[in-house]
Amino acid sequence: MARLTPDNTTLAHEIIARYPKPKSALIPLLHLAQEQDGYVTDEAMRHIAELVGVTPAEVRGTGTFYEMFQFEPVGRYLINICGTMSCALMGADDLMHAAEETLGVHAGGTTDDGMFTLHRAECQAACTEAPCLQVNYRYRFRATPDDVRTLIDDLRAGRLDGEIPPHGTLARTRQHIPADRGVGAVDPDDVAGPPAWVTVDADTSQGAS
Amino acid sequence: MSPNDDAVNEPTDATDDAGSSGDKAVMVDDAVADADTVDSEPVVEPDPDAVTITINGREVSARRGELVISAAERNDAYIPRFCYHPRMSSVGMCRQCLVEIDTGRGPMLQPSCMVPVSDGMVVDTESDTSKRAQEGILELLLANHPLDCPVCDKGGECPLQDQAFSHGPGESRYVEEKRHYEKPIPISDLVFLDRERCILCDRCTRFADEVAGDALIHFMDRGNATQVNTYPDEPFSSYFSGNTVQICPVGALTASPYRFKARPWDLEQVESTCTTCSVGCRTSVHSSRDRVLRFQGLDVSDDHGEAVNHGWLCDRGRFNFESIHADTRLGEPLVRTDAGLTATTWSSAMSITADLLGSALAAGSDSVGIIGGARGTNEDALAWARLADACGVGRRDAQVGDGIPAEILDLPRASVDDACAAATIVLIGPDLKQELPVLHLRLRAAVESGRTKVIEFTPTGSGLTAGAWRSQQYVPGALVETVRQSLSDSDVAAQLAAGPVVVVAGRPNLAEQGPAVLDAVEAVVAAAPQATVLPVLRRGNVIGALEAGLAPVSGDTDAILRAAADGQIKVLVLLGADPLRDHPDAQLARRALAGAERVISIDGHMSSSSRAADVVLPAAVMGEKSGTTTNIEGRTTPVEQKVTVHGTARPDWMIALELAQRLGHDLGVSDLNDLTAAVPHAARHRSDRVPAASAMPPSNYELRLIVSRTLYDAAVLTAASPSLAELAAGPGLSVHPADLEALGVSSGDDIRVVGPRGSVVMPACADDRLRRGTVWAAFNQVDPRGVHGDIREVIDASAVANDVRLEVVS
Repeated sequence: MARLTPDNTTLAHEIIARYPKPKSALIPLLHLAQEQDGYVTDEAMRHIAELVGVTPAEVRGTGTFYEMFQFEPVGRYLINICGTMSCALMGADDLMHAAEETLGVHAGGTTDDGMFTLHRAECQAACTEAPCLQVNYRYRFRATPDDVRTLIDDLRAGRLDGEIPPHGTLARTRQHIPADRGVGAVDPDDVAGPPAWVTVDADTSQGAS
Repeated sequence: MSPNDDAVNEPTDATDDAGSSGDKAVMVDDAVADADTVDSEPVVEPDPDAVTITINGREVSARRGELVISAAERNDAYIPRFCYHPRMSSVGMCRQCLVEIDTGRGPMLQPSCMVPVSDGMVVDTESDTSKRAQEGILELLLANHPLDCPVCDKGGECPLQDQAFSHGPGESRYVEEKRHYEKPIPISDLVFLDRERCILCDRCTRFADEVAGDALIHFMDRGNATQVNTYPDEPFSSYFSGNTVQICPVGALTASPYRFKARPWDLEQVESTCTTCSVGCRTSVHSSRDRVLRFQGLDVSDDHGEAVNHGWLCDRGRFNFESIHADTRLGEPLVRTDAGLTATTWSSAMSITADLLGSALAAGSDSVGIIGGARGTNEDALAWARLADACGVGRRDAQVGDGIPAEILDLPRASVDDACAAATIVLIGPDLKQELPVLHLRLRAAVESGRTKVIEFTPTGSGLTAGAWRSQQYVPGALVETVRQSLSDSDVAAQLAAGPVVVVAGRPNLAEQGPAVLDAVEAVVAAAPQATVLPVLRRGNVIGALEAGLAPVSGDTDAILRAAADGQIKVLVLLGADPLRDHPDAQLARRALAGAERVISIDGHMSSSSRAADVVLPAAVMGEKSGTTTNIEGRTTPVEQKVTVHGTARPDWMIALELAQRLGHDLGVSDLNDLTAAVPHAARHRSDRVPAASAMPPSNYELRLIVSRTLYDAAVLTAASPSLAELAAGPGLSVHPADLEALGVSSGDDIRVVGPRGSVVMPACADDRLRRGTVWAAFNQVDPRGVHGDIREVIDASAVANDVRLEVVS
């Protein structure tokens, strides 16, 4: 339980090579670490820091900003109920009560069977669909307390296995981009000329300034 | 506390919001313009970068690129702010500087720290909308702030407190429970963090990342849970951590040496200069009840040019004020009797000293040697130089065998600004981060900006290695050859021809002779004839002391110590020097102090050498005396007395004047003002230049020794500051992992280091940044338990370089 495995380290180097700056690979590597252990371990963050050349504090600071990353073990299903402004106004508290009651754990807790972890989340960028929640980052919009109870029942019964894979699964198939198939991103520091402006008017050959 | 409306215009916190010279774009222009356009051209050409903007109904002139917040401040329209700092990039984090700005599309609230001025812009900092916005932001910032001002160290000099009075709504509508955190938590040995007080302005984290390059603190978590923190078990052990305390606009960051020591309104302050190293950072010395309680960095320009330190200080310079009031301070003269060192009166101590000097001088002026003088002011050094001149004493040296020949000062001098504006910096010297930390910050900023390329020659790598254009790791003993070889590279030649070149020259390795550095520098100057030199000799006022006349006339410190060891010295004067602890060749220093007939130590603290002296005269230390000091650029700045001297200690110059009188010499000066007026600027240096010995080929079965300083060591002032004394790492030898493996020793095990002078035992540590065949040890590290020895025990200062053998300790 620790650093990235040799296989994943190889994969990490492949991911880093896709970007002009190693630091840009930080988020994909955090996903990789989470996929490996189910959550991002302290040792994995140190390893990532070494791989991309930043301090572990920067890795942790970046990772903890995102709801997607867990830094402690979680259950098979992670339910994130948004508690920020729009959702709070539209009844997020009711959703949370329903979930707590159904699962028998408080926000932040994991059920004894290891099936569910319940979190109160910061804004999930779906304010127009408030109140919203996520299960393993799959959205449920304009949810009601009944929706929550049904969702939990369905998950327990395995009726949603097709849609919602266990926590930590980023995608069911892994995309490999060989180095020679990349689009050849240019290091922003090496960009010499002015930005290429998109010309709106097809008749004007000069770009807008 | 009563409302203090003036506070915003006169920030009590020195660098905090002093807004010294506007924003960055302006400062860069100034720095370039400063060079040599002092009083030329009476015809003022219209400034192509000038723009006219309207602030609060008044038309004022600003410069393109300048930020609205600084243009407004220059024009007496102070805009409240927390995150904005003139020496760091703007981030628009706190939103406190919202004002109405009209750029032709109607007035809109915009953060004035993020908006550069433009021609015709109309700014209203006092409109109802601006005021309501600022009040609203303050109410939000205070929503979670604990308002524990009465027990907060920052209370009384707190930008949040001051601006809540001047720009706040007066009361809050929040009744909800505030955010709670454990308070305070230590984030390093020196700094405490109170996350409840934090307003998340990003100043400390920005400083750590942008300025110091030690991103060890970072925002963690998100939204309401956002907090500044370190990685678990990875403290904020930056050499510059104290700066975050100074720039924190609330009481979230506090430094352990000052916590609960005073209230700001009880502090008296005076502007002075730090003399811990030779960078000459400007400081403000704060005291209460005749005790110095803290130093703050100042961001002030002077006649000589732009600010040296941009307001920053290193932690060693910031916190070694504790040494002023240390137990090891000397308060009365001591004379050796049968009962050891015994306290006596100044008159009897001075008469004994004068008699000793008089009879030694009668035997020939070469029977007196003076080592030191770099710890004092220019006035101290000048008085002693004049005394030495009057007595004909040529054996004098302000460096203690750890520098390079004083002729380095004869080369065309560069300023720090020159170095930062140069196309190329050639660094032949120590790791500046360890020895002259604030110079490291300045050069690092130049490198990060992409303006300047660094070519460094170092035996170990340095804090600038990561950003260096070329980093040449040389084998000690082969510096000159390595530099010559590198200069013949066509890329390097092209780079040197590409623009101004500044050579930053100091002593890279204390187990290797100094004169080689001078040869290497001359080789660079020969290849780039316009190059100027920034001499990075480390000791506090070493440049001032050398220029005042304490440069060797006949024999440097090594020669004086050798003469003393041979019994040729009757009186050895140690002017704030501690060769027993501070000379690279510990055995030579011991033999010298034993071989000198009499040793007179003039020092502020009881040091190893003063303990071995026959007469000890207590000296006033920085903070207790006034005068001037000269930094590496040749910039002379004042140091000021803030507290009464300890006991009956006297400044060095006073001791020299009295000795001169007793010896029947007239030094032509009678008081401090005479001395200050007589301080010379840029004297010429010469010495019997010994050509640097030829290279020493590496040996096949021994390892080449590299010894250099780290910021925290057993130096007197550091050891006498309780907060810093614990930070020294202790003895240890870094070895390349492959060399270590060949020996069958694992990292952390003890090994015996056998060198030219003897052997010591210390723990080995694997370090793959070293070249194979070289080993590194930090200078002047002491093991309080006495188990591990000091690397100085094995060094032969007269050798071109030192080789050591490692033996497994059974």
